[in-house]
Amino acid sequence: MKALCYNGVGDLRTERVPDPAILNPKDAILRVIYSSVCGSDLHLINGYVPTVMQGDILGHEFMGEVVEVGTEVKKLKKGDRVVVGSIIACGECSYCQSQAFSLCDNSNPHAWMLEKAYGDSSAGIFGYSHAFGGYAGSHADYIRVPFADRGAFVIPEGISDESAVFVSDAVPTGYMAADMADIQPGDTVAIWGCGGVGQMAIQSAWIKGAARVIAIDREPERLRLAREHGKAETLDFSKVNLQEALREMTGGRGPDRCIDCVGMEAVSDSFAYYYDKAKQYVRLESDRPLVLRDAIMACRKGGTVSIVGVYGGLVDSIPMGAAMNKALTFKMGQQHSQKYIPELFDHMQNGRLDPSFLFTQKMSLDDGMKGYDLFNKKQTMRVVFAPGGVA
Amino acid sequence: MANEKRPVSDVLGMGQIEPEASGSSQINVGASERILSAAGGALLLSYGLRKASFGGLLLAAVGGYLTYRGTSGYCPMNERLGRNTAQEDEIVDAIEISKSLTINKPREEVFKYWRQLENLPRFMFHLKEIKQIDPKRSHWVAQLADNPFAKVLGSVEWDAQIIDEVENERIVWKSVEGARIDNAGEVRFIDAPGGRGTEVHATIQYRPPAGQLGGTIMKLFNPTFKQMVKQDLRRFKQLLETGEIATIKGQSSGRTKENESLEKPSSEYATVQEKHESLML
Repeated sequence: MKALCYNGVGDLRTERVPDPAILNPKDAILRVIYSSVCGSDLHLINGYVPTVMQGDILGHEFMGEVVEVGTEVKKLKKGDRVVVGSIIACGECSYCQSQAFSLCDNSNPHAWMLEKAYGDSSAGIFGYSHAFGGYAGSHADYIRVPFADRGAFVIPEGISDESAVFVSDAVPTGYMAADMADIQPGDTVAIWGCGGVGQMAIQSAWIKGAARVIAIDREPERLRLAREHGKAETLDFSKVNLQEALREMTGGRGPDRCIDCVGMEAVSDSFAYYYDKAKQYVRLESDRPLVLRDAIMACRKGGTVSIVGVYGGLVDSIPMGAAMNKALTFKMGQQHSQKYIPELFDHMQNGRLDPSFLFTQKMSLDDGMKGYDLFNKKQTMRVVFAPGGVA
Repeated sequence: MANEKRPVSDVLGMGQIEPEASGSSQINVGASERILSAAGGALLLSYGLRKASFGGLLLAAVGGYLTYRGTSGYCPMNERLGRNTAQEDEIVDAIEISKSLTINKPREEVFKYWRQLENLPRFMFHLKEIKQIDPKRSHWVAQLADNPFAKVLGSVEWDAQIIDEVENERIVWKSVEGARIDNAGEVRFIDAPGGRGTEVHATIQYRPPAGQLGGTIMKLFNPTFKQMVKQDLRRFKQLLETGEIATIKGQSSGRTKENESLEKPSSEYATVQEKHESLML
């Protein structure tokens, strides 16, 4: 089959690789219909993630058709049109049973790598470096899905392939951000980052009862989408004093709930690595760590900072004194797709959530590198690969 | 330094058992004899290995034996003859590994699976086979890495004896006298608080052969042993909780087979990890 493989920093190639096979009884094989790019892929491609290997197939946000199931797959069957959560979870460990699927004990075959860096391991993720399991990603004609009965959800009638693909990651991540923010009636919610995840957090904040939503970015097109599809008020942080603007917009109180959809978006399996590189990171990615700092400073006393933008290692100069003395609550984590997907379908069917506008560019797998370049330069919201052809 | 701290088993009130010092952890070859033996052995070994023939292998085998005898100070022949050319008996200190993991299954089920010793190689990848000889005694065969030394050595095998057992609570075993690697261990099964499943606490002690025969034996029992034990426990947990072991071995990638290096047998984690760390620094 064809697959988009990592070959070194900034070097993706569409290659011929063997078709995937069922390796475990709970596996299924999918024919990929759509596979989207994601902001976190950029850090893999740009070489910030140490456990990506030459030949790895990228991609973790996808939907498709079931073509083969393992002997222990009970619910799925051939021909099912499904979307698969980006995070792989067994469904049996104590974390899965308490719905914290991204903390799954059993889905990461390289648990020892993450344990070294984090003290314990989290779940495996498709196409997302070997520290997170090294699972082959979805930018391919076919993909193997472990624990398929848990991770793959049959897409209900009335939800298009073009919308469903984002139920893999962008929608549940944005939704979880709003869910963790503990939004109360009358709350003002500030959301940093208006990419796919941020746009979904905006819509989700309304569902969770926000009275006002303020979206923050510097890309005019993304801010326009936040206004148009998210009905959010918008702030271009490159054009205003953000702290002052947020405070004055909220009568001097500050936003009740602050959501970080930006993050450092980098992973590592070693603290030592970050100890040496953290400051370099700050210089390289000057605006990235600012989001967390900004959110802490802007948040009202007793408010919540909800973090879904990915952090990988150590961060510098976090105003812990402000967080402590303003009695802030921090909530964070990788998304628990298996927990949220059923209710997301419901919200989508009832028109409360609509990710279809994120689908801005359809491309063939052969144009993989070009697609990521376009996305990297923020010239398009989301490039989505269609391995079956773009016609 | 880490190795000056109290062993974990001490904190847990475990680890009262010590492996017998029988086989190679004893030193029964005198110093000058060891040096001669090692030097001569190394010569034969390197010469033998360069000859890719049966004769070469045979030479290498003899060389390997002499090197082993020299570097380890232990000679099985001496042992059998009751001959000891060392000044005094020296015993290599036992090394202890303690690891634990919580499994989301009832204690009875967890104990039962482990007690069926034939199950262990299903999740302990460094083991090839365990055969139960009688209710207390078993024969263990370890998997050696695929290299010339391993071929010369054959497999590492030993007999173990369960010396204490309380159903659903604990199993204590020791290798019987004459094992190439003297080892002992204890596994405890404890109810985790609040219905959180079963805690499995494993403590393993072994006396390494004082010398290293081409690192082949030490490859099994090297500093990453700890990680290996943890990975073993993890796979045990995966098997019990999900019925399968998470893997990417055999999946598609743009790599050729030879480059597919991360899914190695657990005994080789050290190599992968070092490579990985140097990559990051």
